[in-house]
Amino acid sequence: MANSATIALPDVRTTTYWRRNQRRLAPWLFLAPGVFMFLVYVIAPIFQSIWISFYDWDGIGAKTWIGIGNYVELFDDDAFYTSLQNNILWLVLYMLAVPAGLFIAIFLNQTVTGICIYKSLFFFPFVISQVVVGLIFSWFYAPGFGLFYLFLEEVTGTPIAILADERFVTYGIIAAGLWPQIAYCMILYLTGLNNVSPDQIEAGRLDGAKGWRMLWHVILPQLKPATFIAVVVTVIGALRSFDLVSIMTDGGPYGSSRVLSFYMYEQALSEYGFRMGYGAAIAVVLFAIMMVFISGFIWRMVRDERSGG
Amino acid sequence: MKVLLKSALLGAAAGMLLAAPVLAGELVINTDTTDPAPKKAFEDLISDFEAANPGIKVKWNNFDHEGYKSSIRNFLTADAPDLANWYAGNRMAPFVKAGLFEDVSDVWKENGLDDTLKSAAASMTIDGKKWGVPYTYYQWGIYYRKDIFEKQGIAVPKTWDELKAACAKLKAAGIAPFAIGTKPLWPTGGWFDYMDLRVNGYEFHMDLTAGKVPYTDPKVKAVFAKWAELVKPGYYVKNHAALEWQDAVPLFVQGKAAMYLMGNFAVDVMKNGGLKPEQIGFMQFPEITPGLPMAEDAPTDTIHIPSGAKNKEDAKKFLAFLAKPETQTKMNATLGQLPVNNKSEKPNDPFLEQGFTMLSNAYALAQFYDRDASAEMAKAGMEGFQQFMVKPDNVDKILDKLEKTRARLNK
Repeated sequence: MANSATIALPDVRTTTYWRRNQRRLAPWLFLAPGVFMFLVYVIAPIFQSIWISFYDWDGIGAKTWIGIGNYVELFDDDAFYTSLQNNILWLVLYMLAVPAGLFIAIFLNQTVTGICIYKSLFFFPFVISQVVVGLIFSWFYAPGFGLFYLFLEEVTGTPIAILADERFVTYGIIAAGLWPQIAYCMILYLTGLNNVSPDQIEAGRLDGAKGWRMLWHVILPQLKPATFIAVVVTVIGALRSFDLVSIMTDGGPYGSSRVLSFYMYEQALSEYGFRMGYGAAIAVVLFAIMMVFISGFIWRMVRDERSGG
Repeated sequence: MKVLLKSALLGAAAGMLLAAPVLAGELVINTDTTDPAPKKAFEDLISDFEAANPGIKVKWNNFDHEGYKSSIRNFLTADAPDLANWYAGNRMAPFVKAGLFEDVSDVWKENGLDDTLKSAAASMTIDGKKWGVPYTYYQWGIYYRKDIFEKQGIAVPKTWDELKAACAKLKAAGIAPFAIGTKPLWPTGGWFDYMDLRVNGYEFHMDLTAGKVPYTDPKVKAVFAKWAELVKPGYYVKNHAALEWQDAVPLFVQGKAAMYLMGNFAVDVMKNGGLKPEQIGFMQFPEITPGLPMAEDAPTDTIHIPSGAKNKEDAKKFLAFLAKPETQTKMNATLGQLPVNNKSEKPNDPFLEQGFTMLSNAYALAQFYDRDASAEMAKAGMEGFQQFMVKPDNVDKILDKLEKTRARLNK
């Protein structure tokens, strides 16, 4: 007995700390790889970008500290204001994807033969790559042979090359972006609709609700989580719109369809750019705008969790 | 023990130093020549070089053309090859200034290149030193539809007034005088180059692209006033801001447009589009200011030795081989472009022959707006040119904007 106790003793000692704190430590251990990645690939670059934005640097030569010089220049730069204006336009118009997605979802939320096929057809634009969407739409608008161009020619007699006209170009690109975004919102709402409780609909029916009132007072409140996610992904999608601009116009004609993310890329990384400091300053401004939205979302989530929890 | 190890290391190092020149070894070359013709030209170049220099093994990394523009910045600083291709003029200036390219003036001197590559010498020189070896260039000029000109009874214009008269005639016949696609911006650079070269001449154009002259200068305004004489009457195809340069070729092929100011590489695309060689003509950009010596655009492609190269000795051998007349004859026959070496054989393609004669008699050669001007200025400038071609009335606003960029860059 005495023997076995002395042998077991060190074993017990080493395991007790683990045993005692297992519940506290385990989550951190599981989180560790993710936290590590997040720190190295997200948090650190954010601070690096802010740091670089105070320098004049071409990416290969020496860095020169110019303080807030990049920001001073930025606030005197017409191209920056064009991009900012376009970003706001994107944010506002992209929001159309949420109601549009909701209505398509409600429309498709029925049991008819072959509904699966219709659903997947509506979902299709979200599956194909943004690059392909951009290409399809630029052909659609193309002067000479584009369907939309020919349609305008037929109807109005004076066709417009959407992507070559500074007045319409951003709208043209946003329309292309809405196509997959609506599909995305639709899928979010379709899953949301699956969870709408039939009891409440039944109860609403008994109380005489139908049509719009049913939708507004019974269905929509239950879809709140789906709406929340749809708004979040749409806002973020609008702010990081880059691929469509790059594919369809390259920011043109003469820079009138630029958005902040594209302008940042142009200044810091494109063929004629390599102004790392200036690009970083644009990135910081974009980040600040995103932070407004993101902290708003986080604040809401925390509040909901507290009141719900 | 320590001493022993040290001397052993020293011995090994000395052995390597001694062995390197004797054994020669591996030569790493990075290029962005993935299109079929340039790829073939480099394949032949490399195998010919290996045949001429047994013992040197060439390792060739071929990059995608667009990706190369950013990857060259990485590999020059991080893991330099022994050779890399790039472009002459101001395009190579950032790498030269950052000390990433090796001075190769000795290669030029030893091989008498100042004489044989004379036409490109100026564009390879920065701070009085040579920074690479050019192997090909091509001419820019106006390609026109011979058959349409004949049908409309238009003679090849030699002066500005003749050109405008030809444009008016074509426009009246329902044909757009000029094809162009300005979506990628650079085609507008060709137009500005020629307008400035013909209105103000080579020296002024070089000063302007070097950032020494303000864009609000009356001489620059004069260029745009002349250019407006083509823009305002609508002598360019409609909606050019939505077109790639290739998208404008079908308009030329279908006879909807009769002229195209382009580099010689466009001929291939035109022929592939279905035009017979006899339908295409080539003319030098007409004179604008009478008596001004005519300079031309001729973008030059080059090969450089990165300063971080490990095998500079063999790299210099390679450059010397590249500069030889027979090497350049063979390469450019494949490329369908012009050899820089003036001892090379004349090309037998009619367009190249015309280009060769034009460039050999040129007063001077410009590289192209986006290679002569600094990269940032080029971007802002060409965007301004595109805007001017759509909204010629905004010219003062555009020039103020360009001047703002120039002033910032030349502080």
